[in-house]
Amino acid sequence: MKTAATARKQKISRTRFKHCIPLYLMFLPGALYLIINNYIPMGGLIIAFKQVNWNKGILKSPWVGFSNFTYLFQTKEAWTITRNTLAYNAVFIILGTVIAIAVAILLNELRSTRLKKTYQTIILLPYLISMVVVSYLVYAMLSSESGFINLSILEPLGKEPVSWYTEPKYWPFILVIIQVWKTFGYNCVLYYAVLVGIDRGYYEAAAIDGATRWQQITRITLPELVPTIITLTLMSIGKIFYSDFGLFYQVPMDSGPLYDVTNTIDTYVYRGLIRLNNVGMSSAAGFYQSIVGFILVLLANFIVRKIDTDKALF
Amino acid sequence: MVENNKTFQIVANIVMILLTLCCLFPFLLLVMSSLTDETTLIREGYSIFPSKFGLESYAYLMRNVGKIGRAYGITVFVTIVGTTSSMLLTILMAYPLSRKELYGRNILAFFVFFTMLFNGGLVPTYIMYTRYLHIKNTMWALIFPALLVSAFYVIMMRTYFTTNIPDAVIEAARIDGAGEWRILFTIVLPLSLPMIATLALLIGLGYWNDWKNGLYYLTDTRLYSIQNMLNQMLKDVQFLKSGADSSAAAELTQDMPSVGIKMAIAVIGALPVMAVYPFFQKYFVKGITIGAVKG
Repeated sequence: MKTAATARKQKISRTRFKHCIPLYLMFLPGALYLIINNYIPMGGLIIAFKQVNWNKGILKSPWVGFSNFTYLFQTKEAWTITRNTLAYNAVFIILGTVIAIAVAILLNELRSTRLKKTYQTIILLPYLISMVVVSYLVYAMLSSESGFINLSILEPLGKEPVSWYTEPKYWPFILVIIQVWKTFGYNCVLYYAVLVGIDRGYYEAAAIDGATRWQQITRITLPELVPTIITLTLMSIGKIFYSDFGLFYQVPMDSGPLYDVTNTIDTYVYRGLIRLNNVGMSSAAGFYQSIVGFILVLLANFIVRKIDTDKALF
Repeated sequence: MVENNKTFQIVANIVMILLTLCCLFPFLLLVMSSLTDETTLIREGYSIFPSKFGLESYAYLMRNVGKIGRAYGITVFVTIVGTTSSMLLTILMAYPLSRKELYGRNILAFFVFFTMLFNGGLVPTYIMYTRYLHIKNTMWALIFPALLVSAFYVIMMRTYFTTNIPDAVIEAARIDGAGEWRILFTIVLPLSLPMIATLALLIGLGYWNDWKNGLYYLTDTRLYSIQNMLNQMLKDVQFLKSGADSSAAAELTQDMPSVGIKMAIAVIGALPVMAVYPFFQKYFVKGITIGAVKG
């Protein structure tokens, strides 16, 4: 009896499998791509533990244990790039969230739908252009011989022109301004979408009870936003070990005097690999980023799931 | 109360107008500078209200259209080919994942999803593409790495299929004898056009704006896309100015409006996106919100 039942089950699953063959064929090309573009490089992380010898190939190159890492963490840069990556991201997350929410609430309080749409269109514009174009916009502002700030603001005020691209002390502010300028529209659209979904009835009831606009914002709007704020913030924390390569490499025009405040893990890996051809050091830094980044994503998701299962990535 | 409301609306609008001006100012500066007379630029710098307009920068670009036209052609080609193949692969991958009867669906979905959590980073990727797949200085370099299939878009598409295509429709088609390929292309896709438009725009924008692949994998400037060209110009003009003692460089800089030209070429690089965007704004906004709410 038992064997007959399992045989039937096997037969059913085999026919079910057969039915699925066209579906597997559809899935195949994309899967091959992901294997090449994503999974093989994951395996390639082992080069961080190797002394790469191109004549022997990666797999046959000798293992060197943690020596690439000992090298890396003995340098001053290891600390600088970790500090820069984490600190910039922390400021981006806090400032970006606060500004995006403030603008979303303001947008939501406006009455004219036509103006709302126009504002939304304009604030999203910086998000759509490439970092290369952004670096031109920044150059038009900051160039020392012909930049807008030096010639149209500082000169009329009788102040000395500043050589922006060689003065590291200004760059933490410049980079934060650029990042917020480029991304607040995007975040604002996300929060605004949540605000539009809030039941208008809450506001009407509150208004009848005599609640002021400010009270309505703090007692209704903000609490409704909290789950989204938590989710988006945790997701950003999951990515806190990664930086926008364009922002830190392109925009400061790869200027050497600024490295102390513009070098992040991503720019360090790029320069180490392509400019200096130092595979050991850059692969160690890359491995460090991949693993810590992975742990942070898992941790962030774990916390999101604790708060709201539906919002978790998995 | 009504009075208070009116003042509030005015203040809120003023704040929003100031904010939108902050967003637009750099673009305005870029466009106005590109339209400024070169000697005025050297004297007054980049400005919103130049004392003298001039078209030398664009005239110079027109005279030297060869290189820029080529880069433009490459960008257009890469965007079209890349977006088309990417859409095809994404749809083909997303559809099976949306089918409940797919054997091993959860494992396959995890296979896709895991690439969003963990990655090998630049070093192994770069070594694989250059040492083993030899895509350096080929057109593949601009189309294939990083951009072709994104797990994020596959999952967005899959979610759209599962929530918007009723199982009954697919079941009915199957009973009528349609195969999976036919069901996908004649029934599911026509029902998914809004999502396809949104994804195509996001992917197309990704290809148009990409400069990283060119930076990593191209040394041959003839293959440069417009973004790589822009990248090169920002550095090259500087290089020519700083190395003015070499006679060849001096000759090159002689007729080049080197201050204005940078702005003109940036305008040309950014123009298509800015011109097309207002018409597709709805789709962009939709794409952003769908993507974030449930990736």
